[in-house]
Amino acid sequence: MTTNGHLEKKKLDSPPATIRFKIQRREREGAAAYWETFELKYRRNLNVISALMEIRKEPVTVEGKKTTPPVWDMSCLEQVCGICTMVIDGKVRQSCSALVDDLLVASGSDTITLAPMSKFPNVRDLKVDRSQMFEHLKKVEAWIELDGSYSLGPGPQISNEVAQERYAFSRCMTCGCCLEACPQYGDDNYIGPQAIAQARLFNMHPVGAITKEERLNGLLGDDGIGNCGNAQNCVQVCPMSVPLTKAIYETNRDITVDALFGWLKK
Amino acid sequence: MTSSSKIAIVGGGLAGLAAAMKIAEAGHDVDLISVVPVKRSHSVCAQGGINGAVNTKGEGDSPAKHLDDTVYGGDFLANQPPVKRMCDMAPEIIYLFDRMGVPFSRTKEGLLDFRRFGGTLHHRTAFSGASTGQQLLYALDEQVRKFEVGGKVTKYEGWEMLSLVLDDHQVCRGLIAMNLQTLELKAFAADAVIMATGGPGLVFGKSTNSQTCTGSAAAACYVQGARYANGEFIQVHPTSIPGEDKLRLMSESARGEGGRVWVPKADGDTRNPRDIPENERWYFLEEKYPAYGNLVPRDIATREIFQVCLEGHGVAGENQVYLDLTHIDAETLTRKLGAILEIYEMFVGDDPRYVPMRIFPGVHYSMGGLWVDFEQRTNIPGLFAAGECDYSIHGANRLGANSLVSCVYGGFVAAPSAIEYAKNVERGNTETNGIHEAELNRQQALNDAIINSTGGENQYKLHDELGKVMTDNVTVVRYNDRLQATDDKIRELQERFGKISINDSNLWATQAVPHARQLKNMLELARVITLGALNRNESRGAHYKPDFPDRDDENFMKSTIAEYAAEAPVLSYEPIDVSLVEPRKRDYSSKKKA
Repeated sequence: MTTNGHLEKKKLDSPPATIRFKIQRREREGAAAYWETFELKYRRNLNVISALMEIRKEPVTVEGKKTTPPVWDMSCLEQVCGICTMVIDGKVRQSCSALVDDLLVASGSDTITLAPMSKFPNVRDLKVDRSQMFEHLKKVEAWIELDGSYSLGPGPQISNEVAQERYAFSRCMTCGCCLEACPQYGDDNYIGPQAIAQARLFNMHPVGAITKEERLNGLLGDDGIGNCGNAQNCVQVCPMSVPLTKAIYETNRDITVDALFGWLKK
Repeated sequence: MTSSSKIAIVGGGLAGLAAAMKIAEAGHDVDLISVVPVKRSHSVCAQGGINGAVNTKGEGDSPAKHLDDTVYGGDFLANQPPVKRMCDMAPEIIYLFDRMGVPFSRTKEGLLDFRRFGGTLHHRTAFSGASTGQQLLYALDEQVRKFEVGGKVTKYEGWEMLSLVLDDHQVCRGLIAMNLQTLELKAFAADAVIMATGGPGLVFGKSTNSQTCTGSAAAACYVQGARYANGEFIQVHPTSIPGEDKLRLMSESARGEGGRVWVPKADGDTRNPRDIPENERWYFLEEKYPAYGNLVPRDIATREIFQVCLEGHGVAGENQVYLDLTHIDAETLTRKLGAILEIYEMFVGDDPRYVPMRIFPGVHYSMGGLWVDFEQRTNIPGLFAAGECDYSIHGANRLGANSLVSCVYGGFVAAPSAIEYAKNVERGNTETNGIHEAELNRQQALNDAIINSTGGENQYKLHDELGKVMTDNVTVVRYNDRLQATDDKIRELQERFGKISINDSNLWATQAVPHARQLKNMLELARVITLGALNRNESRGAHYKPDFPDRDDENFMKSTIAEYAAEAPVLSYEPIDVSLVEPRKRDYSSKKKA
């Protein structure tokens, strides 16, 4: 149904009295995974995080067994820090912005399933270690080279169009959804769309472009951009709508141009 | 023999990263300790922008006017020399971020664009969509990563500071931190320590702050002898979105871009807001403050909204008012405010481009914090502070878009100040004489006590009770009898804290032990905030007492200083340096006379 051209969300008409959370547990990295289910009274306006907070207070399974509190990461709760990412009803996303009503409407079930991301070391329960994503940013030198942070006046004039295009790339919060969804990513064999988009962000900047080749070089190795299988899953799951496939396309084009004409500069 | 110093920075938000960049650039070594990967720090939540009188709009803006707006908006509780220095530095801070590649919104000429914010009549706020804090933080994160690759910065992400290491002369020689995965404790020896740990929003349970904003590390410094100043000055943001888990911020930029606050004139009017004609709406801010309208400073907007709801005029009789953008075309809104409108739509389900938002005030920012001098030095030699965790810039009320600039300024001043100190400090045998090990053992004993405690109290329930009593009594409107009762309640919670049983038998990556450590510190800070409020019998900025409705410069144009003592914080008062702008009464109903 539309009003004034915008889509109104489907509402949960007859909410259940209770809802269940089926959570994948793991005591520590390397230990076996198992499942536990918790039951909560239904309330309006619950999101997955507030449900987890309630479960954490007095963790008792649906069978009445006292257990340890599920562990997960959370910080901003506004879908801008990226830390609370997990797999919810089979879909990778942030747990802060996963509203219980929407999940129940989408699944038609009273049970919500929570699992950790599978492409990263599973520290415990729903918590994973994504430090490899930050390592990838080092590899593509995702920064502008400054002469120094002392006062040197403003940066270059840039059209607002370019600024907005860069802003879209710069919203990446390193959450890892794109890597979780990418069929190629895993076992260190592919650097993935996140780092490629960050290379693109800096290559688009007039000063960043000066060191463009270093960034492209970071994408030419065995784990480089050539591993992209064009499944386009990344762009579909990105919660910030970062134009990831565009970044891959444009970076590939840059690399081709570089390969064709690079020898002219030598 | 190397000439480089080792400086530990606690906190990897804007202030911490700003300091890290400057110290690494000067050739010194940084240990950067942060509870989360620094790129996920709370600075990402800052939305609207960063202030600096760059004056590109032909309005005659200047750093002097920025200074005046800031100390006037802060109701004359800030020492003015550091505020002046910040306002003077602000344009070059914005230019530096521009050079680092922050995708600021730009004008047709390709220059930086500026928007209006509360408490000023000038376009002084540079912005990057409506996620400016995220963009500024990322720029510093990138620069610091370059220094990390170069070996000058070592990050300890997923570590939480527990205490300072002080020598026999109360000089700071480093700190103890806990690995949040293994619970291992480690002593970090350092020539100087910079605290950049942000605000204490979680003391109030629900706030606009991130879950990391417990104030715990700053409170640990306070307990070890650092002075804590103006704790009672807590900013309640006028526009937040109430939620089960937190109060999500609706940026002031919504009003900066023309958003209007109103309620239906008829109480309990349940019509769709779009069906309520213009003459049946009460735009109470515009009516009461014709010059500034919806852009009055936050403390004033918050009290007006609170009062309107208290008197039963809130939308549908509830604690909510409309914040309306629907008169602005959708395309402009998407371009200028997209990120924050998405947040509203995501969590509430209505699209603010077509439906007025429902908002209510929420705890947002602490003007108070660790006491520092004009070079960001605390009273403990070797300990510095910068950003929201220091008290120095915002007085009794912070203006919108001044937080980002004050964080970077604080980091940029703390860094050379710490380097200068470190250069001259006598290291002696402090790294081998056992003080680090002794402090580590003391902290381990505190952890063991928490792990072994079996009194049956639930730490999360204690935290809920703390948040409720603080929100009910120590936010927008304050009464002395209720403040006294709040302190009694906090002491009861402190006693019950001694009887908690952590409910996690698996200590690997447990949240229970860190949360218990934080809660203990939050209780200390809650007393500082509450008793500071109790003792300040006046109204100034964010601190409002109906029984003492006027500002009392004679008795209270002073910083509250709290010093830790086991029975209760010891309060004293320090005069303010008002040498640059003569104090005058605030009046936002007409254009101010400077």
